[in-house]
Amino acid sequence: MRYLFRTNYQQDLRAWRHGGDVFWYGLLIVIVLIIPFVLGEFYVGEMGGVFIFAIAGVGLMLLVGYTGLISLGHAAFLGIGSYVNSVLLSHGVPFLITLPVSGLFTAICGAAIGRPTLRMSGLYLAIATLSFGSIVGTVFQKWTAVTGGFDGFAVPTPYVFGISVEGATGVYYTSFVVLLFTLWLSINLLRSPIGRAMVAIRDSEVSAQSMGIHLAKYKTLAFAVSAGITGLAGALFAHYVRFLAPDAFDVLLSVQFVTIVFVGGLGSLRGAIFGAIFVRLLPQAIAIVRDDLPFGIGRLPGLEPSLFGLILVLVILFQPGGINGLWLKTKLWFQAYPFKRQTSGRRQKTYARSERLR
Amino acid sequence: MTALFEAKEISVRFGGIRAVDAVSFAVEKGEIFSIIGPNGAGKTTIFNLISRIYNTTEGELIFGGTDITRIPPYKIAGLGIARTFQNIELFANATLLQNLLIGRHCHSTVGYLSQIAFLPSTRRAEIQHREKVEEVIAFLDLQRYRDTLIANLPYGVRKVVELGRALCTEPKLLLLDEPSSGLNVEETEGMGFWIEDIKKDLGITVIMVEHDMALVSQVSDRVMALNYGRVLAMGTPHEVQTHPEVVRAYIGGDIEVEA
Repeated sequence: MRYLFRTNYQQDLRAWRHGGDVFWYGLLIVIVLIIPFVLGEFYVGEMGGVFIFAIAGVGLMLLVGYTGLISLGHAAFLGIGSYVNSVLLSHGVPFLITLPVSGLFTAICGAAIGRPTLRMSGLYLAIATLSFGSIVGTVFQKWTAVTGGFDGFAVPTPYVFGISVEGATGVYYTSFVVLLFTLWLSINLLRSPIGRAMVAIRDSEVSAQSMGIHLAKYKTLAFAVSAGITGLAGALFAHYVRFLAPDAFDVLLSVQFVTIVFVGGLGSLRGAIFGAIFVRLLPQAIAIVRDDLPFGIGRLPGLEPSLFGLILVLVILFQPGGINGLWLKTKLWFQAYPFKRQTSGRRQKTYARSERLR
Repeated sequence: MTALFEAKEISVRFGGIRAVDAVSFAVEKGEIFSIIGPNGAGKTTIFNLISRIYNTTEGELIFGGTDITRIPPYKIAGLGIARTFQNIELFANATLLQNLLIGRHCHSTVGYLSQIAFLPSTRRAEIQHREKVEEVIAFLDLQRYRDTLIANLPYGVRKVVELGRALCTEPKLLLLDEPSSGLNVEETEGMGFWIEDIKKDLGITVIMVEHDMALVSQVSDRVMALNYGRVLAMGTPHEVQTHPEVVRAYIGGDIEVEA
């Protein structure tokens, strides 16, 4: 067990807690950077997908896990990011400009959806964002002049400083850099007054307000930041799939994002990354065992979405802390060994608080 | 002495119910003013009117010479009015320190972009806030709970934390909604001392809604008794307690009072 000895206030403002954090996360970054030289292209490509989903997961985590607002429309934000990035690229705009622009544009869309849904929470907000998602989906389908509709849209190859970002490795490194940037941004946000205001809104709107927090402003901001980050993920997603089709950004994708947040563990950035790994690996795992399953279960249509749903329900019921909660418990077990007690892993309350007196 | 806060003929109606009916009172600077009354008398409603959670149907609220009847609720803290809640409205999944830092929110002036990049200006401001929060922690003796999640704190301590969070906004006027509810005798006594200290050491004016008459008589300079949204009596704790209307509201019937 490590006990922190604090000698000044600066220590509590750092992005890391102690030297151990710097060492282990540094090591992790080094390993991630080396991986493409070691593993085959398939694995590198899959990990690129994990990074992209992790970015979107961090974006949604800020909204759901920290501000307590639910969104079932994040696939739409991912789609907006993808299309803005690809359309701009096809007009010859350099990638280093299209990437931030697609993030910013999606952020504006997020603010636009956050603003009218201010007074909604819980189910109502879920329905509003769900319908936003389907409206945007329809726009992708029908606005053929820009998106190409169901004919699809071939995403041009981007160049960074004259080097083409191509293939699995290119997407891998770009996504990793963007993921690191997103995490840095989110950590900053969470340790500054904005982040505290978001947590305050999640835990008690009425007292947040009487502490001087402008609810409308911060909820809109949370929506904008969350959408913007998801838009960045979208821009990268376009290069990951290389061919955009409007039906890629449907409700199921939104549900996958929500699964990332809940299965990963609400209210934890680490959880968003765990969740992304889980959500990307589950289909692979299903593919591997599909043929060996008894009674032809493996050939049933809709096996994957129903498994996602089942796991989501089971996690919410039995492991509300998600994978991150498990991780913390395991860590505690080792740190406290041999003094782990039944109660030390007792279920803590977690909140996606919605219907409450305000 | 000048009135720090004044309510002029304030009324609020919810449908056909007049929850508060033409109530007027003025609170002097440095005073502890208690509002008492049976359940449903409109005490908490008055607090919600002052902190602008509800809109007044009629009347005016004046604070420090300015009309606050129609300003938005999130600006109230910045003006110098802080409050606590009857059923503790803390941020349960944050540490005590974070809760108190949220109390500093109305004093934060750093821009969004500077916060997102966590520039030195944000860092400096954060440290200043932290210093102020530490003063409050020292004042209320909360050092050992500093990094504890609110969800893991006992009820009595949470009550004090909520008081602390209100103090972190550096208020001129503090609204305490039943500070002793849910506390045992000993804790209630402790709460009485905190409130007296807040008045004497920090010079903060307090308006308090309270049921515990022992606490009310211990700390209050003046008391207002309400029933059905109307003022029954106003004056020193003793005057109000022995006022025949007040006794009738609490006990009912025509009872002879020994004054």
